Amino acid sequence: MAAVLPPQAAPHEFLRARTRWHPLEIVFWLSTLLPFVVVPEYLQLASQIAIAALFAISLDLILGYAGIVSIGHAAYFGLGAYTAGILSKHGIGEPVVLLVLGAIVAGVVGYASSFIIARFRHLALIMITLGICLMFYEAANLAGWLTGGADGLQGIKIGPLAGTFKFDLYGKTAYSYSLIVLFLCFLLARRLTHSPFGLSLRGIRENAVRMPAIGAPSDAHIRKVYTIAAAIAGIAGAVLAQTTSTVSLEVLGFQRSADVLVMLIMGGAGKLYGGILGSIVYMVARDQFSGINPQYWYFWIGLMMVLVVMYLPNGLLGGLEKLTARWRRSPT
Amino acid sequence: MKAFSLCLGGLLAAMFAASGALAQQAVKLGLILPYSGQFADTATQMDNAIKLYVKQHGDSAGGRKIEIIRKDSGGIAPDVAKRLAQELVVRDRVDVLTGLILTPNALAVGDVSAEAKKFTVIMNAATSIITTKSPYMARTSVTTPMLNESLGMWAAKTGVKRVFTMVSDFGPAHDAEEGFIRAFKEAGGQVVGSVRFPVANPDFAAFVQRAKDSNPDGIYAWVPGGVQPAAIGKALSERGIDTKKFRVMGQGELTSDEALQSLGENALGIITVFHYDHNLGNKLNRAFVQAYNADYKRNPDLFSIGGWDGMHLIYEVLKKTGGKTDGEAMIGAAKGMKWESPRGPMMIDPQTRDVVQDVYIRRVERVGGKLVNVDFDKVRNVKDPVKARMK
Amino acid sequence: MLGPIAGILFDGFAYGMLLFLLSVGLSVTLGMMNFINLAHASFGMLGGYVAVTLMQHFGWPFLATLPAAFVIAAAVSMVLERVMFRRMYRATDLDQTLLTIGVVFMSIAGAAYFWGTVQQPVAVPDYLSGAFVVAGVNIARYRLFLIVVALVIVAVLIAGLEWTRFGAQVRAAVDNQRMARGLGLDVDRAFSLTFALGSGLAGLGGALAIAMVGLDPGFAFAYLIYVLIVVSVGGLASIGGSFVAASLLGISDMAGKYYVPQLGSFLIYLVMVGILMWRPTGLFGKR
Repeated sequence: MAAVLPPQAAPHEFLRARTRWHPLEIVFWLSTLLPFVVVPEYLQLASQIAIAALFAISLDLILGYAGIVSIGHAAYFGLGAYTAGILSKHGIGEPVVLLVLGAIVAGVVGYASSFIIARFRHLALIMITLGICLMFYEAANLAGWLTGGADGLQGIKIGPLAGTFKFDLYGKTAYSYSLIVLFLCFLLARRLTHSPFGLSLRGIRENAVRMPAIGAPSDAHIRKVYTIAAAIAGIAGAVLAQTTSTVSLEVLGFQRSADVLVMLIMGGAGKLYGGILGSIVYMVARDQFSGINPQYWYFWIGLMMVLVVMYLPNGLLGGLEKLTARWRRSPT
Repeated sequence: MKAFSLCLGGLLAAMFAASGALAQQAVKLGLILPYSGQFADTATQMDNAIKLYVKQHGDSAGGRKIEIIRKDSGGIAPDVAKRLAQELVVRDRVDVLTGLILTPNALAVGDVSAEAKKFTVIMNAATSIITTKSPYMARTSVTTPMLNESLGMWAAKTGVKRVFTMVSDFGPAHDAEEGFIRAFKEAGGQVVGSVRFPVANPDFAAFVQRAKDSNPDGIYAWVPGGVQPAAIGKALSERGIDTKKFRVMGQGELTSDEALQSLGENALGIITVFHYDHNLGNKLNRAFVQAYNADYKRNPDLFSIGGWDGMHLIYEVLKKTGGKTDGEAMIGAAKGMKWESPRGPMMIDPQTRDVVQDVYIRRVERVGGKLVNVDFDKVRNVKDPVKARMK
Repeated sequence: MLGPIAGILFDGFAYGMLLFLLSVGLSVTLGMMNFINLAHASFGMLGGYVAVTLMQHFGWPFLATLPAAFVIAAAVSMVLERVMFRRMYRATDLDQTLLTIGVVFMSIAGAAYFWGTVQQPVAVPDYLSGAFVVAGVNIARYRLFLIVVALVIVAVLIAGLEWTRFGAQVRAAVDNQRMARGLGLDVDRAFSLTFALGSGLAGLGGALAIAMVGLDPGFAFAYLIYVLIVVSVGGLASIGGSFVAASLLGISDMAGKYYVPQLGSFLIYLVMVGILMWRPTGLFGKR
C-alpha cells in the first residue's frame, strides 16, 4: 500500500485509519446509557464512576502517552473541585460556567508546574508530583477561611443544570451530566492522541532524547499535554463538587492520587479506554466488596489487583488484547 | 462490557425484587460508618455496641422488625458518605440514617436527610452545627463545646491562671480550643500560647518543648483518639513534665483505655472532661460494661455509648410512633425524649434536637493496680452552648 | 536558646533514625533490581505486630522482641519474594506498582482481621522511659536508645557492604547488573538476600516505631510516603544517602514544627521538592 501512495501521504493515511471509530467503541458508548434503564438505583455510583473515568483519562494523557508517572495528580482534581465549590458559594451557580472556571484554574496551575515537570524523569519526577500535590493539600488545610479546612467546604449552592434540571436524589441529572462531560472530554482526548501531536508524545515516552534530535521539541510537547491533562482533571473535580455539593480536603489527598493510578494501571495505560474500564471495574468491585464485607473489603480489592498483574499484565485491556490476539491466531 | 453490565443489572434487579417483598414489615436503618481506613477502630467500637443493643433488646421495636444495612464510608469522604446515604434512601429504601462518626461525612449526609425527610441519628460526630443541617436530625453523642467550655470554666475556678493550648489542626479541635479558651478567659484565665499541629502528627516533642518554654501553669491538649494521645503523653514525660504536679487537661480521648495502657505511669494525674467512661459507678453502666466485655473482650468507649444510646433512641421513637417511620413523626417523637443511660440521665433537647447530659471531670488514678479515669466532679444537664448563643 | 536548638537536633535526629530503619532496605533493593516495592512499609507494620504480640501474649521482654521482629519480617518477605515478586522483575514499572499496592491493601485488611483495628498499646520497660538532662538538653532515654541502635546498624551495614564477599556482590549488582551476571554472579540470589535483609530492617524499625508513633493497620500506608521521601532524597542504593536524608528530614520536620507550627507538614514536602530539583538523583544517588 505504501508503494502506491506518494511518500508524504503515508503518515496521513496511517493517522486517518486510526481515527476511524471501531464498532466496539460505538457499542461501548451506547451501553453507558444502560444504567438509566437497567440499574436506575445505581445512578449515583454510575456518576461517580464517570467522574473517576474522566480523571483516569486525564492521567492517561500524561502517563500513558507522555510517560510522566504522577502520584500527585489529585492536585488538579482538587483545584477544580475547590474552584467550583468556592465560587458557587459566592453566587456563581451555573454549572457549566463553574466547569469552565475549574478547568481554567487547574489548567493555569498545571501550566505553571509543567515547567518543573518537564525537566525531570524517573523517581525524582514521581516524588515531585507527589510533593506538589501534598503542598496543595496542606495549603488548603491552612486556608481554612477559604476552604473550610478539615470540616470541608460548607454552603455550596449549585444551580439547576441548563436552568431546568435539579441535581436529584436518584442521581439522574448527576449521571447524565457526568456522562456528557466525560464523553466530550473523551472526544477531545481521542482527537488529541490520534493527531501528530499524540504520536510525538509517544515518541517522547519511548525515547525522550531522540525526539528533539528529529525536530520534535519534547519539553514544549510535555508542557502542552500536562496543561491539557491538568485542565481535564480540574473538570473532573468540578463535576464531583457539583454533583455531590461537597468538597473536602481528601479531593487533594494522596489516596485519591493513588486510587486513580490504580484504576488506570488496572485498566491499561496508554489506551484511553483502559482508564474508563479500570474505573468501572475498580469502583463496582469496591462498591460490591464493601457492601458484603465493610471491614475487610480492602483484602479482596488488593487480591484482585495482584491477580490482574499476575495474569493480565499491562492491565485488563492489555491482557484482553493479548488473549484475543492469541485466539485469532490459533485457528489458522 | 455490554454483557457484563446486563448481567450485573439482572443480578441486581433480582436482589432488589427479593428485598422489596420484605420492605413491608421491616424498618430499615442505614448505618454509615468508617469501617476501613484511619478511623476503622471507631467503627468497630460503635458497631459492637449496636450489635449488643440488638442482642439485648431484640430485633424489633414498635411492632416492626429492625433491619440494619451497613455501609463503609472509608475515612473522611463526604462525597462517598453522601452517595451512600442517597443510595440507602433510593435503593435500599431505608427509614432511618444513622452512624456518622466523622463531621464532614455527617454534614454531607445532612443534606440527604433534609431532602429525603429521613429521621437521622448522629451517633458520634461532635461539631455543633451538624444538627442544624436537617430538621430531622438528632444527636446522641456529645458536642465538643459542651465538654470544653465546661472544662475551661472549671479550670479557671480551680486555680489555673496561665494556660498553653495545643490542638490538632482539625475542625473539631478548633471548636474544642475555641470553647475552652472562651470559657477559660471569661472566668478570668490567661492563655500564654497556642499551637496547632497536623492531624496525623507522629511526634510531639517539638510542640511540648514550645509549651514548656512559655512557662504556663497548665497545658490544655486536644487530639483525636487513636495513635495520638499516647504519643503526646510520651512527649510530655520525655520533656520532664510531671502530670501529677503540673496540670495537664484535655478532652476524654486523651486518657482513653488504649492511651492509658501505653502511657503507663505518665498518665497519672491528667485531668479530662468527658460525658462517658466505662468506670462510671452507676448500676446500668456496670451491667453494660460487663455485657460488653463478655462479648468483645474490651471496654466500651465514647463510640460505643454513642451507638448504644443512638439505638435506644431509635427503638424508643419507634415504640412511641407505633412503628410509623416518616421523618416528621419520628423526629417529633424524639424531641424531648428522656432516658437513663449508662452515662447517666440524658435528654434530646426539644428545640435543638441535640443531646442534653451531665459531663464529668475526671483524674487518672491507680485503682486496684490499674489506671482508670476517676470522676470527681461534674456539671449537670449541659446543653450545647454554641446553639444556646445562636438564639 | 541553646537548649531548644540542641533539643530539636536530638529529637529530630532520633525521629530521622526511625525513618532510616524503615526505608534503608527499599533504597538498596530499588537501586539493585529496579523493583518498585511499595509494600515495604507493610513489613515494618508486620515487625510492629510481631513485637506487640510477643510482649502481650507470650510475655517476652521488649528487647527480645526486636530480633524476632527482624527475623519474622525477613522470613515473610523471602517467601513473598519467591512466590510473587520474583516473577515480576521484568514486568513494567506500572505493573510492579499495581502489584505491590495490592499487597499493601491486603496487608492492611489482614492486620485489621488478625489484630483488630484497635491502637496497639506498648509499654516500654522502665529503663527506657523517661528522660534526663545533660547541659540543659533534655535527652529522652528511648530516643537515645533508638539512635544507638540505628548507628550500630549503619556501621554494620557499611562494614558488611565494604568488606564482605556478599557486600561486594551486592555492590557489583547495583553498579552494573548485566556485567555482574556476565561474570557469573548469582544476582537473583544476592537480590533475594538483600530483599530479606531490607525487609527485616523495616520490621525492626516497625518494632521500634510503635513505642514512639503507635501502631494500627493504617501504618503500612501512612509511612509509605515518608519512606519514599527518604529513598528519593537520599538517592538509590546508598546507605549513607538514606542515613543523611532521614536525619535531614527528621530534623527539618522537628524544627519546622517547633518554629513555624502553623505550616504543619508543609515544610517536609518543600524540603523534598527543593532537594530533588537541585539534585534529581538524590543527595548521594548515581543514577
